[in-house]
Amino acid sequence: MIAEKYIARSSAIAARLIGGEMMIMSAVDSTFFTLNEVATVIWQAADGRTPLADIVVNRICPEFEIDAEQAGRDAEQFVSELSQHGILLVSETPIMPEAR
Amino acid sequence: MNSTSQLAVGDAVAIGIGGMAIALHTQDLAFRRLLEDRYAGFIEAGSHPEFEFDVDLFEASDQFEPSQTKHADDDVQVSLQGGQWVLRRGDFYARWDARAGRGRIRQSRNPYAVDSVLRIVHTLILARQGGFLVHAASAIRGGRAFLFAGVSGAGKTTISRLAPPDAALLTDEISYVRRAGNAYEAWGTPFAGELAKVGENQAAPLNTLFLLEKGPENRIEEIAEADAVRLLLRNILFFADDPELVSLVFRSACEFVEKVPVRRLIFVPDKSVWEMIR
Repeated sequence: MIAEKYIARSSAIAARLIGGEMMIMSAVDSTFFTLNEVATVIWQAADGRTPLADIVVNRICPEFEIDAEQAGRDAEQFVSELSQHGILLVSETPIMPEAR
Repeated sequence: MNSTSQLAVGDAVAIGIGGMAIALHTQDLAFRRLLEDRYAGFIEAGSHPEFEFDVDLFEASDQFEPSQTKHADDDVQVSLQGGQWVLRRGDFYARWDARAGRGRIRQSRNPYAVDSVLRIVHTLILARQGGFLVHAASAIRGGRAFLFAGVSGAGKTTISRLAPPDAALLTDEISYVRRAGNAYEAWGTPFAGELAKVGENQAAPLNTLFLLEKGPENRIEEIAEADAVRLLLRNILFFADDPELVSLVFRSACEFVEKVPVRRLIFVPDKSVWEMIR
């Protein structure tokens, strides 16, 4: 059985939607990211309670008409990259607000 | 007897930048006069400074050639320790209690250390007010201020040198941007670049931020807001290793781009470029 993956936005970041693009800056090391539309949806849905797989199936696939397998791979890659910079927190269990 | 210097009366030199006076106290008359010369046009006599620093000099100026320290802001370290800001570089060490409004600078006898301390202190203050210092030339024309931002070599000095007589040059190197209600103002600074000339001590509502780029013709291009934020952040001066202030600066840059037009200015280095800046 594959474990669920939960994602949550770190509290050590600043983010803002500018001109339709989500811009994120790490308050720790000033790393700067601009997210594309798909990544923005994942980011906004990263509430620590919704499994990543559900975000992909319920939000990404219908909104962008992408097949679930491809969307899942892209989401995993995106989550992995942002988590390496401490922008997203990843856990196999729900992430409580105080843990962010 | 020299009675012409206001600085000889007290032990402080109050330097007003961006509408905010910072007093530097020193018992060393020669150093006070050096400051008076360096910040001519920005000295505020009889004002009540918002912040004050005691300056202790150590005799090590021979170790710090101006060419080594003048533009070495990259070398500074700024951190919050025990409620006080600690600022350090090879030629100075300073502590500043922002709440008390007082601090102390220990530095060699060169004005570049003071320059750097002032820039750092202003960036810390502005970060909480929605403003910032930015690598940009700036000028007032027709009652409106224009910023010309860019990294070294982008053309800040060139466009400053080409400014027509009816333009008041605020700086050729580091511009001062303050939030004013729902808009922004640009203020003159004494922080000079290659022109080696302090700016006019004036302020005006900010009209446009131009991102400079030399090219084969003069033209102004629209720029996406996200790109504008990214490029603006690249030019904002900020030194503190402090997550809260990093977030504030990011927010300031975003809010600035939402309120002030940001354009790319591609220009031929001759006076004709100023025909587009009105």
